[in-house]
Amino acid sequence: MNILNLFIVIPILTVVGIVLTKDLKQSRLVSAIGMGVQMILSFILVYLYLKERATGNTAAMLFTYDALWFPTLNIHYSLGVDGISVAMIALTGIVVFAGIFASWKVTYLPREFFISLIILASGVFGFFISVDLFTMFLFYELAVIPMYLLIGIWGSGPKEYSAMKLTLMLMAGSAMLMVGILGIYFFSSPDHTHLTFNLLEISKIRIPIQMQRFLFQFTFIGFGILGALFPFHTWSPDGHASAPTAVSMLHAGVLMKLGGYGAFRVAIFLMPEAAHEQAWIFLILTSVSVVYGAFSAAVQNDLKYINAYSSVSHCGLVLFAVLMMNQTAMNGAIVQMISHGLMTALFFALIGMIYGRTHTRIIQEMGGLMKVIPFLGVVYVIAGLASLGLPGFSGFVAEMIIFTGAFQHVDVFHRVITIVAASSIVITAVYILRVVGLLLMGPIKNDHFLHLDDAKWYERISTITLVLAITAIGVAPFWLTNMINFSLAPIVEKLSAIQITSLF
Amino acid sequence: MADYTYTLLIPLIPLFMFLLLGLTGHKMKPVVSGLIGTSGLGIGAILAYATAIRYFWTGHVAGTSYASIKAFEVSWLHLTEKLTIHLGVLIDPISVMMLVVITTVSLMVHIYSIGYMKGDPGFYRFFSFLSLFSFSMLGLVLATNIFQMYIFWELVGVSSFLLIGYYYEKPSAVAASKKAFIVTRFADLGFLIGILMLSFNTGTYDFQTLTDPHGPAIASLGGAAFMGMSVLTWSLIFIFVGGAGKSAMFPFHIWLPDAMEGPTPVSALIHAATMVVAGVYLVARLFPVYALAAPDALHVVAWIGGFSSIFAAVIACTQTDIKRVLAFSTMSQIGYMMLSLGVSGFGGEEGLGFMASNFHLFTHAMFKALLFLGAGAVIHAVHSNEIKDMGNLRKYLPITHITFLIACLTIAGIPPFSGFFSKDEILVAAFHSNKILFAIEYIVAGLTAFYMFRLYYGIFWGKKTHYHHTPHESPLVMTIPLMILAFGSVFAGFLPFHNLVTSDGIGFESHIDWMIAIPSVLIGVIGIAIATVMYKNESAIPDKIAATFKHLYNWAHRKFYMDEVYLFVTRKIIFRYISDPIAWFDRHIVDGTMNGIAGMTVYAAYAIKGLQSGKLQQYAYVFVGGTVILVLIFVYLT
Repeated sequence: MNILNLFIVIPILTVVGIVLTKDLKQSRLVSAIGMGVQMILSFILVYLYLKERATGNTAAMLFTYDALWFPTLNIHYSLGVDGISVAMIALTGIVVFAGIFASWKVTYLPREFFISLIILASGVFGFFISVDLFTMFLFYELAVIPMYLLIGIWGSGPKEYSAMKLTLMLMAGSAMLMVGILGIYFFSSPDHTHLTFNLLEISKIRIPIQMQRFLFQFTFIGFGILGALFPFHTWSPDGHASAPTAVSMLHAGVLMKLGGYGAFRVAIFLMPEAAHEQAWIFLILTSVSVVYGAFSAAVQNDLKYINAYSSVSHCGLVLFAVLMMNQTAMNGAIVQMISHGLMTALFFALIGMIYGRTHTRIIQEMGGLMKVIPFLGVVYVIAGLASLGLPGFSGFVAEMIIFTGAFQHVDVFHRVITIVAASSIVITAVYILRVVGLLLMGPIKNDHFLHLDDAKWYERISTITLVLAITAIGVAPFWLTNMINFSLAPIVEKLSAIQITSLF
Repeated sequence: MADYTYTLLIPLIPLFMFLLLGLTGHKMKPVVSGLIGTSGLGIGAILAYATAIRYFWTGHVAGTSYASIKAFEVSWLHLTEKLTIHLGVLIDPISVMMLVVITTVSLMVHIYSIGYMKGDPGFYRFFSFLSLFSFSMLGLVLATNIFQMYIFWELVGVSSFLLIGYYYEKPSAVAASKKAFIVTRFADLGFLIGILMLSFNTGTYDFQTLTDPHGPAIASLGGAAFMGMSVLTWSLIFIFVGGAGKSAMFPFHIWLPDAMEGPTPVSALIHAATMVVAGVYLVARLFPVYALAAPDALHVVAWIGGFSSIFAAVIACTQTDIKRVLAFSTMSQIGYMMLSLGVSGFGGEEGLGFMASNFHLFTHAMFKALLFLGAGAVIHAVHSNEIKDMGNLRKYLPITHITFLIACLTIAGIPPFSGFFSKDEILVAAFHSNKILFAIEYIVAGLTAFYMFRLYYGIFWGKKTHYHHTPHESPLVMTIPLMILAFGSVFAGFLPFHNLVTSDGIGFESHIDWMIAIPSVLIGVIGIAIATVMYKNESAIPDKIAATFKHLYNWAHRKFYMDEVYLFVTRKIIFRYISDPIAWFDRHIVDGTMNGIAGMTVYAAYAIKGLQSGKLQQYAYVFVGGTVILVLIFVYLT
């Protein structure tokens, strides 16, 4: 059996297992085992992938599997991974695993909660292993829909409003994507006889430039909404603020990455000419995202809002780097996706844990928490330092690759906009240190906080897993970047073969 | 070529100590964690001395230039075809010198801290941070390429942040640590832009390639011009911005006085002897590029350095917190070093300024660390930072008194203490380059002597203060480092720096220019004399003078209102006029539009929902009405 199929089978088995359980204890145990296996499997996949590459296999996609699913429209259940998707799968494995442990104490309808969570995760896994656009879209929807239930039922605050807003905005994105994908499908064969959804096959032909101009906007914005592209990012602060911990983790950690990944794999890869032409518009929008998100984060008072805006800023950098369309910057984009996924998952996990103790997320109401919950405090500082790009953690690696890559463009526009985006490192420091200062340092403001318990074992598992992953990438980024670079090379080659007719 | 691979251990041992103490320190007895940290640095110091002796004397053939040796290098991250980040160890005169400086001061501070931090609940945390700092700083000076330097540059910044905010329950310490990090981070953005520009134009990060006088970086002298200066010049100015941030040069100096909120040993190590000179080291590291290819950038360095030195010296004369006096003094002395680099040429005697700058860096590290540790002993004894709470302490703290006096004489440039030699070289270098800067430095020399002795008399002489508890001398673990550093301050001046650390690696003949030295000593003596008259015994003169020059005094006392300017920029402009409007715009305009679309959808749904009522009569009514209208249209309009 193809290893990739397991990434779908294990979540299904886990869901079946949860259905058979009776209470919270059993269902969380089943989930933890299922997702633990899934995480290990994703590491095995990385290992197998590297081993296969070491033998000299240079095919674009490895471990391919193909089954015709819907003959009339030539839809396939087609799987395959390259270095980029393998990296994303490993990220998803880690975040989902940590997410299960962060929701160890869900008391309200635990079985349903874990089922929804795992369906969401399986959608994400399916998305990353699909090569067929239609199947990819299907998995994408599979990931987005449970989000509505998870926020609407297990959320907090104005949860119905947030759930509705998030789902509707993402659905608007899906609608645009649908148009884009169908458009690509109908031009996937020069003579209109052998229409296909297969990414690799489409990439070999050239979609007419007039269609590209039109479809590129649809697909890029469609994915961009999920990747928090300014000005379509406002679902993010509200959605995250209302979502339960694990959902925020998964959403910001991996679901938002679907946007960046899709924008890269579908929009830019299949429509490179249009991408070159229109990149400047989106470069401006994304660099606005980067700086604007950071400035907005600097004045928020709710921990989740701060982190949501910070995600807008960091995910903006992903799309920004993707649009730079050279090897180094795109590599940075993928590393940034992974890095941000881990960091933001860690942040949301910590916020959930702190909220569970203090019952508030307003930073002014807290203070001096380092003294009472040193473990969580230290991890929060680590997450903060990673987020502001301290060497030794993944954020620094990602940002440096992006800035260096983006700066390789010779024209003034790209370089100036790189410097604009780079200035976010200062603003990031401002808002991170503001939070750390108000939340953890200083005297304890509230006497009720004097007797808080520090992290429990399951919380430690959740956070330590993420910290280890962040540090591993930060200290030894080369294996990751090499893996990505190898798969990027043919894509970049295709991009650079195009006569650049952009405005600048 | 000699094998120096073992030097890799010098930074790695502190790293190991950091991890060990950070992860398991809370289970150790405080003293054990202190000893572990100290012993790590001790080994590092031994290795550093061995390296220095081997590099400068035993392994070196007299008369030849000192080689720049890559003792170790691995590729860390591949960026583009040309650019790869390496991590490694570069051994050359300035890095070996810095090894000695860092390990010496760090070891002294470690030993001292065992006494100073005794009883502190975060003892192990303190030592693990100190180890982290030592690791980062050593990694910085050993960097083989500019990107590695940037990596450690950031790590140094964060260690500084952690140590300034060590007393994290104290709001002022938290604010200071935040300020230090953000201000230097802002400057680091300049550094990063500089690196991007430099590496793009030269295709390398490697220091050896960059600074090769016949290499591509310097050869690309012409480059594309931008606003009257070459791209190379611009990139070097940007890099210098980073250096100015770390080295607290005007206008980035504002974080340094506040950084004194950290424990005093930290101030001695980070904010006096090592981290703050990183900017000087950075310019020195890239010196051939500055000197040969971008003299304009070097002028910027010289003028910023010169201005900072006099600016800080004036402020130092009016401060009353002893650590802040020392902080401004540090800024002033670093200004000296920058200026010295800025006026220097490349090669042979032309490179006198380069040599003088490093020489002063070396002696300054000794005497300034001594001053801070001495100040720490005083604070330890009287539990206050304010001069007004001190006075007449010479009887109670004899060892501290003598060592502090030695340090004051050294910084005032009185022969034969080491400060005299290094300062004299700087003055000579300035004299041959720029007379205005030279004049500034004369004035600063006088001011330095004045404010240091103002401080000295204020602490150890002056009024008879009544103490609640009789102040007592610190334990040996604290006074021994003072004595060792005092020894260094006295004798470091006799090191033949002109044969060891030169711009091109070749020694040259250097001698004291008495035409410049004698007036400078006289100015120092005059400064001391004035301070003696004013402060040795309690007198009304200082107040009178302050009253006479009220405005000037107030301006200087309030540090020329630079803090207020910064608060205005951050609080008012960044938060109130940028962030708040952006947040509002996001919530009300961007999100408002989204909600508006949703609202319109709902409204439209309400508006047309009557059409789907399900009432048969209504449908029939509309159907009939429609038919009638159509019939009328067909009948009359066709």
